[in-house]
Amino acid sequence: MIEAKNVNFYYHTFHALKDINMQIEDNSVTALIGPSGCGKSTFLRLFNRMNDEIDGAKLTGECLINNENIYHKSVQVDLLRKNVGMVFQKPNPFPKSILENVAYGLRVNGINNKQLIEEKVKESLTAAALWNEVKDKLHKSAFELSGGQQQRLCIARALAVSPSILLMDEPASALDPISTAKIEELIFELKQRYTIIIVTHNMQQAARVSDKTGFFMYGELVEHSETKKMFLAPDKTETQNYITGRFG
Amino acid sequence: MNKVLEKFVESLLKMSSAVTGITVLLIIIFLFKEGLGLFKSSTVEKGYTLVVNTQNPVNRLTSVEIKEIFDSEIENWKDVGGSNDDIRIFRFDEIFTMYSDEELGDGYSLLPQKLGEIIQSDSTIIAFLPLKYVPKNMSGIKELKTDIISISDFFLGTTWLPTATPSALFGILPLIVGTLLVSFIAIIIAIPFGVGVAIYLSEIASEKVRKVMKPAIELLAGIPSVVYGFFGLVVVAPIVQKVGGLTLGETAFTGSLILAIMALPTIITISEDALRNTPKAMRDASYALGANRWQTIYKVVIPYASSGISAAIILGIGRAIGETMAVLMVTGNAAVMPHSLFESVRTIPATIAAELGEAPGGGTHYQSLFLLGCVLFLITLIISIISEKISGRKIIKE
Repeated sequence: MIEAKNVNFYYHTFHALKDINMQIEDNSVTALIGPSGCGKSTFLRLFNRMNDEIDGAKLTGECLINNENIYHKSVQVDLLRKNVGMVFQKPNPFPKSILENVAYGLRVNGINNKQLIEEKVKESLTAAALWNEVKDKLHKSAFELSGGQQQRLCIARALAVSPSILLMDEPASALDPISTAKIEELIFELKQRYTIIIVTHNMQQAARVSDKTGFFMYGELVEHSETKKMFLAPDKTETQNYITGRFG
Repeated sequence: MNKVLEKFVESLLKMSSAVTGITVLLIIIFLFKEGLGLFKSSTVEKGYTLVVNTQNPVNRLTSVEIKEIFDSEIENWKDVGGSNDDIRIFRFDEIFTMYSDEELGDGYSLLPQKLGEIIQSDSTIIAFLPLKYVPKNMSGIKELKTDIISISDFFLGTTWLPTATPSALFGILPLIVGTLLVSFIAIIIAIPFGVGVAIYLSEIASEKVRKVMKPAIELLAGIPSVVYGFFGLVVVAPIVQKVGGLTLGETAFTGSLILAIMALPTIITISEDALRNTPKAMRDASYALGANRWQTIYKVVIPYASSGISAAIILGIGRAIGETMAVLMVTGNAAVMPHSLFESVRTIPATIAAELGEAPGGGTHYQSLFLLGCVLFLITLIISIISEKISGRKIIKE
């Protein structure tokens, strides 16, 4: 289970997240929606500590994964990131072969056994629904793939280190509709084995793929409930306005 | 009104680009026209010839043989395909010790006659004479045929003696080897330092350090090369001499050290730009997979920037190969084939700079220097093409 307790986050003096409390169940898909700059991406990045690199960032409150505060001094960031994979907005494969892209996470974690790596690569590419398309060109550059394939490669790359949680930051916003559909299908498949949090600007996408939805505005979590309920009968007027397109 | 102005500016721009293009073309044409004339010339100094007795079976001598005969390294005709007799060298000046001015006649009108008699009387003689005093229509003497300078003599000859008489030698191999040796060692020294500093500046140094270091390094590029040369001569050469226990501090290695320092700013600034241009998305992807900073640097950032870094290195090599002044000052200027790093050498640009002032216009020496310029031009052209290819290599397929 993932949990945020009284989370406040600041960039220098800017108060980016205000008193967020949220609980996310295992093996579910949670969509984070809201207007640009509302803090949803910042919130997502808290869970693999990608905000650590940012100058002037400050966090109060607790972020818990399985009841363990991931910001505690004893937590090793690299191990945390192994457990919490991330897929970015734009496909960002490394300038390496397809195989080496997927193997990267294994190699930096000290796994060099060739057979083990090949098995993992096949498993991950299969899980990312890419294996059949690339099995004959594993040693070709990842840049030869289409944008949608590259994004699925990035998902496979994240899956290769066997995470239990997958963070997706607008994973389909740079893709065409067909590739987007494939990614959404994939998210549906992956839900069986992973806990997924996905940030999206696309309301239909949130409605299609998620079990629960969180609506952020001005750094506050306005509403967090079952996706169906949120889109049919939201509790708050702000949510209603945003969903129906009157605002944002 | 505006339309007219636009047209005017447009034609002005067109004209300036045309002028630039034509100038570049003219320089190249001039270079090759002056240089390629060399291959039609004889190795024997213009206006002179070599004459022997007709009884001498030798009809032709190569330029190397001529040089060795006149340096007394070959002393017997049998070494060059003649009879077993000692060679007697006759230099034109000797005639004035044998005859008085009166005996040579008014305006030296009898001089060719006297020269002819001397050659007729000795079958082992070889005489080096000005063409206008060679006796005409006289039996018993013949002019030797000599070599036309060939491409292989020029590129593969190992002796550079462009002012030797009677026969000059234009072997540029020692100069090419000198140039490549000095540049190669320079680049070997400069790469680890340059790339190292670039990585430090882009990945490790704080913003404050970077703000001081980067302009300082760029300043290095602005120092005139003669200052580097002076520094090399006064500071580096004595150190090399002392540490290496050499008789002379001006060696190929000294030149390499100075060139390495001169190539550093190019390598550092271009590599650093390439490293910093690695998208944040690449680094983020690496960190998100649990990689630490070092793993990210050497597994993602450096491979991503590799084409930029290679371009930087090749531009550094270009700078090193074309550099003239500093190398001229510190390499000791011996145009001989180097056998080790710690010997004096001479590079192509240094040769041109040092000798062009003394070479009579239009002569073979002058032409050979132009041809050296062509060789240098081709080397740097190849380097620029390679660097263009590498830096133009598309990393991301959009």
